[in-house]
Amino acid sequence: MIIRQRPLHRIRSCEITPKAAFDDRRRVLRALGLGGLAATMPAALTMGLPGRADAAWRPTQGKALSGTPHPRYNAKVLGEDPAPLEVVGSYNNFYEFGTGKGDPAENAGSLKTTPWTIKVEGAVEKPGTYDVDDLIRADDIEDRVYRFRCVEAWSMVVPWLGVPLAKIIRRLGPTSKARYVYFETLFDPDQMPGQRRPVLEWPYKEGLRLDEAMNPLTLFAVGVHGQVLPNQNGAPVRLIVPWKYGFKSIKSIVLMRFVEQQPPTSWSVANGREYGFYSNVNPDVSHPRWSQATEKKIGQNNIFGLPIRQPTLMFNGYEEEVAGLYAGMDLKKFY
Amino acid sequence: MNKDTRPASFLTSAAAKPLVHAACLAPLVWLVWLGVDGRFGPNPAEFINRYTGDWAIRFLLIALAVTPLRGITGLAAVMRFRRMLGLYAFFYALLHVTSYVALDQYFAWAAIWRDILKRNYITVGMLALTILTALAVTSPKAMVKRMGGRNWQRLHRLVYVAAVATPIHFFMMRKGFQIEPLIYGAVAGLLLAWRAGAWIRARAQGRARAAARAA
Ligand code: HEM
Repeated sequence: MIIRQRPLHRIRSCEITPKAAFDDRRRVLRALGLGGLAATMPAALTMGLPGRADAAWRPTQGKALSGTPHPRYNAKVLGEDPAPLEVVGSYNNFYEFGTGKGDPAENAGSLKTTPWTIKVEGAVEKPGTYDVDDLIRADDIEDRVYRFRCVEAWSMVVPWLGVPLAKIIRRLGPTSKARYVYFETLFDPDQMPGQRRPVLEWPYKEGLRLDEAMNPLTLFAVGVHGQVLPNQNGAPVRLIVPWKYGFKSIKSIVLMRFVEQQPPTSWSVANGREYGFYSNVNPDVSHPRWSQATEKKIGQNNIFGLPIRQPTLMFNGYEEEVAGLYAGMDLKKFY
Repeated sequence: MNKDTRPASFLTSAAAKPLVHAACLAPLVWLVWLGVDGRFGPNPAEFINRYTGDWAIRFLLIALAVTPLRGITGLAAVMRFRRMLGLYAFFYALLHVTSYVALDQYFAWAAIWRDILKRNYITVGMLALTILTALAVTSPKAMVKRMGGRNWQRLHRLVYVAAVATPIHFFMMRKGFQIEPLIYGAVAGLLLAWRAGAWIRARAQGRARAAARAA
């Protein structure tokens, strides 16, 4: 299928369908026995909006998904092989489904990703509750291969499919009061059984400075390895901030709030001495539990079948893109 | 009815020790099987390290449960197994640390040394391992004789320090507030509390006897 690329400035914020209208049109179609049609019919037709993009993606597990390959963030330029899907989907920290690395793959089947809405509130011109496939348009999806570095001193190279968060934020129109964006994961212990244990303060909370959120590297990811994001990887939509430790890249997002003050984040609340708000990948700032000087590259094995160990790069190798965000800041203090 | 079904007679039978050895080696056999079957996952070092760490702390607590078990049930025969259970704790701890050195750090001694000094949870783990090593080395009967019962016992009381240090090592290593290390910690606490209780009782009895003699 041909995916039309439209210039950003031509996408109008009114094209984001408010949740109520979206549900209404589905209800009508379902009542007419056209449920299937509702799922596949271009949203533009059903809403009668001019030029409305085709809602061609749906957070259905395992469904193929594609995006425009990025000229720079691809495996060739990076010079490293992505970790295979079996690895990306079987080695996860997603405490909402258990604290073992294999727990999320085992338990995340209980997460229901359709329908999925994200509430947008705070210092923003277009607050509302948006259906995820309205907020994220198929023709905005890009294919980007990034390094992903966990605070536990392991990393993976991952081919994400996602939309630059800046595109979404611009459509939503933050007001002059918006200095930070605060995110929350779904809270529902029936779907996320790990939330029955007080490992962290639920729901999971994260935040970025607005300029970090608007940095062209920051993604709202909806897929990986040419398919819709598996539940255990944070379906249907998660943040990807490749120059920060993995826990900043919050999963299964249901809330986005534009705020003036630096918001609390789950890990900094749990242990502020070990996990700061910024949590930029930095080989020179050692963590009490892990030296951050090196990392194990999960998915890239040596001759013994064990992950290779390599030096960690400043800002995870994205120094050129993001160092400017922290000019003049003492990164040892603002870790 | 055969009266040999009483637990004490099984415990003193010749078959008991081989069976307990087999049970103690079962986790290792299972680990090897998981490896052969390719079930270590993408980070084998972490899998093996956690698996062997789990069994090290379990055997340590099992070994520490032997004396209270005798006290509570009166089955003196369980004491036959105390030393070997303790040695299995050391054995799994050794595998645990070897996996860290070999599979996780690839023998990067400088980095390992920094870890021991800087990462508190590893410092605490090192303390526990040092104690378990000292106890293992002095565990043969000949060593008891050589050291003298009193000194030997004094040294082997360090196992209580290891029993406290290991759950702390476990708790510190996990992120967030996790229940598993706390359960191990609680079990260790109960086993030590039982000993404290027994010690207080014994002292009280000793005093009473002394008082009776004096009277
Ligand atoms: C020099 C000594 C030691 C070192 C360097 C060491 C190292 C480690 C490391 C690196 C981990 C964390 C693995 C991870 O992050 O995935 C760990 C966890 C653990 N260690 Fe140790 N350790 C030592 C001694 C011990 C001893 C003596 C015991 C028990 C008798 C023990 C029991 C454990 C347990 C139960 C865990 C947690 C396993 C889990 O998460 O299920 N360690 N150790």
